[in-house]
Amino acid sequence: MIYIDIPGLNVLKSKEFTNKIVKKINQIIKEIGKPLKFMHVCGTHEHTISKYGLRTLLPKEIEILSGPGCPVCICPAADIDRAVELGKRDDTIITTFGDMVRVPATNISLAEIKAKGADIRIVYGPNDAIKIARENPNKEVIFFAIGFETTVPLIGYEIKLGPPSNFSVICAHKLIPAALELLMSQSQLKIDGFISPGHVSTIIGLKPYEIFSQGYRIPNVVSGFEPNDVLLSILMLLRQVRDKKYDTLNEYSRVVKPEGNIRAQKIIEEVFKPVSSPWRGIGRVFDGGLVIREDYQAFDADKKYDIKIGKSQDIPPGCSCHLIMVGKLYPYECKLFRNQCTPINPIGPCMVSMEGTCSIYYKYYSEENS
Amino acid sequence: MSVKKGSLNIIRLAHGAGGSLQEELINFITKNIPFKNVNNGVGVEELDDGATIPLKDYEKEIVVTADGHTIYPLFFPGGDLGILSICGTVNDLIMMGAEPLALTSIIIIEEGFKFDKLYKLINSMNLMSEKANIAIIAGDTKVMPRGSLNEIIITTTGIGIKDKNIKVLDSNVKAGDHIILTGSIGDHGTALMASREGLNISTDLKSDISLLLEIYKAIKSEIKNNYIHAMKDPTRGGIAAALNNWAYKSNVSLWIEEEKVPIKKQVIAICDMLGLDPYNIASEGRALLSVSPIHSEIVLEKIKSTTIGKEAKIIGEVRAENPKRVFLKTIVGGTRFVDMPLGEPIPRIC
Repeated sequence: MIYIDIPGLNVLKSKEFTNKIVKKINQIIKEIGKPLKFMHVCGTHEHTISKYGLRTLLPKEIEILSGPGCPVCICPAADIDRAVELGKRDDTIITTFGDMVRVPATNISLAEIKAKGADIRIVYGPNDAIKIARENPNKEVIFFAIGFETTVPLIGYEIKLGPPSNFSVICAHKLIPAALELLMSQSQLKIDGFISPGHVSTIIGLKPYEIFSQGYRIPNVVSGFEPNDVLLSILMLLRQVRDKKYDTLNEYSRVVKPEGNIRAQKIIEEVFKPVSSPWRGIGRVFDGGLVIREDYQAFDADKKYDIKIGKSQDIPPGCSCHLIMVGKLYPYECKLFRNQCTPINPIGPCMVSMEGTCSIYYKYYSEENS
Repeated sequence: MSVKKGSLNIIRLAHGAGGSLQEELINFITKNIPFKNVNNGVGVEELDDGATIPLKDYEKEIVVTADGHTIYPLFFPGGDLGILSICGTVNDLIMMGAEPLALTSIIIIEEGFKFDKLYKLINSMNLMSEKANIAIIAGDTKVMPRGSLNEIIITTTGIGIKDKNIKVLDSNVKAGDHIILTGSIGDHGTALMASREGLNISTDLKSDISLLLEIYKAIKSEIKNNYIHAMKDPTRGGIAAALNNWAYKSNVSLWIEEEKVPIKKQVIAICDMLGLDPYNIASEGRALLSVSPIHSEIVLEKIKSTTIGKEAKIIGEVRAENPKRVFLKTIVGGTRFVDMPLGEPIPRIC
């Protein structure tokens, strides 16, 4: 067993340090003297906040909203419909990440067509999908590619490397900064600061966030995923609000470099190009998604196949996922939550993924502490 | 009996994972059983680790439990299916407060299974039953055509004996009790997941699989005096399922302190990597005990004196308020709810 001890990791989970940060947070919010709303846009941040009960440690004046940070949740039904359509073909194997299989599309999920005999396989990464393509030369192997900047370079790298000709990609990748900008323009939200996602920032660096601190004058802190990472980021946001100095700061400096991962950025740039793209529950986001460039269109499933789908439906009747995803509603404010909609029988996308806000709230919040 | 329609009309893997879907399946299977207990002993409807058969003119009663064992891979770090088939059943008897006496064993084998593998499994069973000082008194063997099952299934039935007045039950957890955990959580499930193909995790982590007999012997007098109100081995569904079971069946709330729950750093690392919650991951050689607060320190010391209970700790307490809930005071001091796990833990995307 190779176990890497990350220096300082104990501090990031230490109660003494937590108490110090919380004390400071309480002090500064008193100085500021008004309630504040901070938003994170990452399922893993929501997971940390909920799993460690961080909301119960914060003063009531600080509200932490959960933004559109779950890649499975924001994947439009139309994209899943396309995967389902291709998955129905006898000569086709659809490969994708675990949670994606269960997400209800307009009528049916990949899991349901799998139960009826379609060849749908869960993989841990695109390299596994390519392995399947090599092992099955008589089949068409399609990788249903979802995720933010974090997963894009993996797929770009494989496409650049030259996969076998029976391999192609349904490209449903989305870009985080564009969505944040859309959220900013929704004036009724009134966000006082962003807790930005550490994983995405590892790739893109700090620069794409500068528009928020400099343009919108909203403080921004790129945060890690341990409990004291998140609390420290909240403290860093509070200090900016108090001092009225708006910046993009890096709390996760042990991983995120200011310039990001340049090699990964080059791969993204070379293989994909940004396009205006629909997000489930949010709508069309300018430069919010990626498509595969013409040079690599041999591996673009949308170019390779003539996929015909009907009119898609992102949000089923009664479901509040579109409001929950942008922080306008808490999951327990939705009528379906814990009633008709549970992780066993999810109605909306936020209940399906383990990164989804509803699923996380279902697991960690009881009536008593929500 | 209602039968679901469409895609819900099938048994899913999650129906066997120890969570709330499993409850649904068990209920489906057991609800129309015409006779569910003997002489008002513990019967199938209690969904406990086993059942009891009180005999009218005796002070003792028979305790019976049954367990079908399948595992992938058959040979895993720290154990194999043979060891599991003895430990799992013997431990269930102990969790009822009973002294294990005898086992029966049914072995169902897929056509094509190799004799040398079978030999290893049988050998493991024999070694474990010797260690447990428990007889294997009857059994059956079947061979099934290739493809009709995966390699081999071993089903064992355990027979034990206990005093009628001993009441160690899921429904007997009392407000005020202290909760003892006998060792680190999640070793078995995590070691197994790491050893499966496709994940490429190399670790020295081993399954914690072991007989709980040594612990039983150490605390036998406390069991006899009913200082121990409930015992449960957190197998499928991990301690989250076991604790929720207690909270629900005993109509109490359980308050657990995360920093007191023993957990190996390899388990934390692997679970973090795969996005799994160690509280939902199975152990095969650990026990949770709900003990009257006056006797909890003595019981703890006795458990700590055994070779398998050195890391035992009091991890929390039982309260009357907010019944049917499990709460966790997190390592950083926040409070959250511990839910019943829903189904098979699967690694997450990113």
